[in-house]
Amino acid sequence: MRLVVASGKGGTGKTTVATALAQTAALTYAVRLLDCDVEAPNAALSLHPQWSSAVTVTRPVPRVDATRCTACGRCAEVCQFNALAVVGGGVLVFDDLCHGCGRCVWICPEQAMHEEPLAVGQIDAGYTPDGILLAQGLLRIGQPMGMPVLRALKRWPTAAALDAPFSDAESAHTLLEIRDAPPGASCPVVETLRGADAVILVTEPTAFGLHDLRQVVGIVQELGLPAWVVINRDGIGTAPIAEYCAEQGLPIALRIPLERRLAEALARGRPLLDAAPEYRPAVQTLLEQIVSGVAA
Amino acid sequence: MKLAISMTGESLDAPFDARFGRAAQFCLVEPESGVCELVANPARDASGGAGVQAAQLLASQGVTAVVSGAYGPKAWKTLHAAGIRALLAPDSAHTPTGREMLEQFCAGTLREADAASHDGHHGG
Repeated sequence: MRLVVASGKGGTGKTTVATALAQTAALTYAVRLLDCDVEAPNAALSLHPQWSSAVTVTRPVPRVDATRCTACGRCAEVCQFNALAVVGGGVLVFDDLCHGCGRCVWICPEQAMHEEPLAVGQIDAGYTPDGILLAQGLLRIGQPMGMPVLRALKRWPTAAALDAPFSDAESAHTLLEIRDAPPGASCPVVETLRGADAVILVTEPTAFGLHDLRQVVGIVQELGLPAWVVINRDGIGTAPIAEYCAEQGLPIALRIPLERRLAEALARGRPLLDAAPEYRPAVQTLLEQIVSGVAA
Repeated sequence: MKLAISMTGESLDAPFDARFGRAAQFCLVEPESGVCELVANPARDASGGAGVQAAQLLASQGVTAVVSGAYGPKAWKTLHAAGIRALLAPDSAHTPTGREMLEQFCAGTLREADAASHDGHHGG
């Protein structure tokens, strides 16, 4: 089963909830937590994994053999991203704009183009002390597009491994994948949600929290995914989250009140359940609700 | 020679457009004869690489110099490779018309951009 924790608004507590779920689920499942916020992954800050592997992620970019190129301009004409310019008798390639679709290579009548891998990021993976396999995508500084790293993370370590328990093959533990989504409501969030079985939407009762919740709910509904809402920092504001959720038929599965001791613990890199173990039963209930909700 | 001026409106007397890649259109002028032709900028709504596309358009039109307000790194590199001089409109409180830009070009008072005038916009 694959769960996504998303929020729209940044800083609402996605990672707080995702790590609490992972720690709770690790008691009964083989848990793989994917930190999909490739621009700023931070689940590792509270789960303290022992990194044991680092895999480079590349994307293909075109290169031109100047001895064969006739500067006919077909490559630039077919490029949908303006990543190629044919001027002054040669081809300029702008790697930042290239999406790696390969059209230019395919169309070139002189076969003067080929693709080369460009390193854009990496995937770090390792076990946490509580037995969670944590994998994070990390976009290389200066790279403008996180999607290739995110896609590689979703396939990590291999496509086949997604459908089989990743370790402990003898045990009856089934695999639970939790994806900690990036903030926002654009392509990387959609990509994180794609292929998931259920979504946990973390929000806060502020105008910002509600506004961004609406945006993500739109995406989740479009994808037809069942969703549960967690209200974090409950009491920080008076935005009508409950009314909105009732309107949309979204169950509010958990409320985490605004408490200074929680903020202090999280800021020190301690996960929610370390600082407030009394939340474990509620998180367990949330998990069971989702698992039985999806199975139903 | 052929000069391109980035424009917001449809004649030389319309306000100049300080943006290069996302200019509404370009006025292509032959300064010797004053003959002027208007070309819409297909790159104005591009999701990315607008400067690259606009520079290629000007290259394909046989333009040898362009006047605009600023050039990003990819636009500048493309113009440079195409042998098109990238000229900068002076900072000014009022928006000049295309004709004023043409006059300044003919008077030789416009400064040439010898590098990109700002970082790219891509990646936001």
